[in-house]
Amino acid sequence: MAIVHAMASGMGGMRTSGDLVARMQMTRGMKIAEAKTYVANKLGVSLAELTDDAVMWELRRDLKLGVVYSKRGQPKGIEAKHHIAKTLDIDINSVNLFKGRSS
Amino acid sequence: MSKIVTRMGDGFTVERTEAELMKDIENGTREASERAKVPALSSDEMKHLFEICKTSHKIVGVEKGHEIVLSYDGGTNKVGRLGINTGRLQVLQMYERCFGADTTELSQVDYSYKAVKPIIHEDTPIMEQAQLLMVCPVFYGAMPNLGLYTQPDGPVPNPAELLPKGKIKEARQAYEQAIEHAVHDMVYVASAFYEAGADGINFDTVGASGDPDFKATLLATEILKKKYPNICIEMGMAGEFVLGMHGELTHDGVRLAGLYPHDQVRIAQKAGVTIFGPAITTATNKSIPWTVARAATYTKACVEVAKIPIHGNMGMGVGGLPVCETPPVDTVSMASKAMVELTRLDGL
Repeated sequence: MAIVHAMASGMGGMRTSGDLVARMQMTRGMKIAEAKTYVANKLGVSLAELTDDAVMWELRRDLKLGVVYSKRGQPKGIEAKHHIAKTLDIDINSVNLFKGRSS
Repeated sequence: MSKIVTRMGDGFTVERTEAELMKDIENGTREASERAKVPALSSDEMKHLFEICKTSHKIVGVEKGHEIVLSYDGGTNKVGRLGINTGRLQVLQMYERCFGADTTELSQVDYSYKAVKPIIHEDTPIMEQAQLLMVCPVFYGAMPNLGLYTQPDGPVPNPAELLPKGKIKEARQAYEQAIEHAVHDMVYVASAFYEAGADGINFDTVGASGDPDFKATLLATEILKKKYPNICIEMGMAGEFVLGMHGELTHDGVRLAGLYPHDQVRIAQKAGVTIFGPAITTATNKSIPWTVARAATYTKACVEVAKIPIHGNMGMGVGGLPVCETPPVDTVSMASKAMVELTRLDGL
């Protein structure tokens, strides 16, 4: 059922920008239209490109935001989230904890 | 005239003529409109729903550009239910990397805040590891589940035993004591997971024990928002109507019993909830077009008054989906499209 919803109406998660738009709802309480516009502006893409798997794969790779394939040399997990926090100009709880503990 | 194959609320197929299908939609929206005193779907909206329900496609989806964010309840419990022996970290990765999930949720098999408390020292390191591993946001989720605080499972007298004896005052006192215990546990557990790096806390199936359940969650939310101003709290409801198990509980002067989603969200956002999830239950003896029309009517009214993102509950038996173990793909995708396009939801 989770997969059907993802295919029918979901943004696509890490395949596209779903996790990034979700973070704007979670950290700033933005409604969907505002959250999409915010992310699109920060990434420098159109609203349509936010859910374009091909465009977003390259963009996520270039901006080091994490890609769905486990590629050599590509940031993973907390490292990708450092870049997401910086790119979207948001606080990510785990990133702040990591920084606090590693400084 | 050829008939349209649709489904009943129990998942089995049923045939409808075009006139019967439209009648189901009209009756479904009227039912919700009259109960909650909110506007029914407009003529154009009913026609749009009719066209969606008429489809003979195996799977349908929203128009490009209308995609929404997905959040989950019981996240890491779901794969284990299939008999697949995985650890929770692998399940989170499966959601992120295989299922196209926008967010994920770590949870424990009992899925109740009370049950998590004694094992929290075992569970918080899993959240810490998940945060090192995952890119998508990771919620921690469980239910308030006030039933666990009543005897014989819990410390307070059982209102279900007191009420048949006419001990209404004692039953209400028992619920009030259960609220205190639940708030303490929810704040304790949510704090521990937030301090372990959780991106958000999900209070799920709120109101399953009626107005005391809702009251406990509102109080816990207020305490957590004061303690951690940046915390994200998602509140997912148990049904469209808050049952008056206590009957006299209020919050900020508003009586909780009897609230429908458009009023539930007002009080939830005031308490500090970040994302609200209305849950509209399915009637198994009605058709899916009737059920979706009804769910969309309640949900649309909720979205219209909300200042916060709304993620409609669309699991088995809620949000227009049938009550069966394997909800058919045609119906799930049809309901998914219909709810998003008709109500302008921010997520599911």
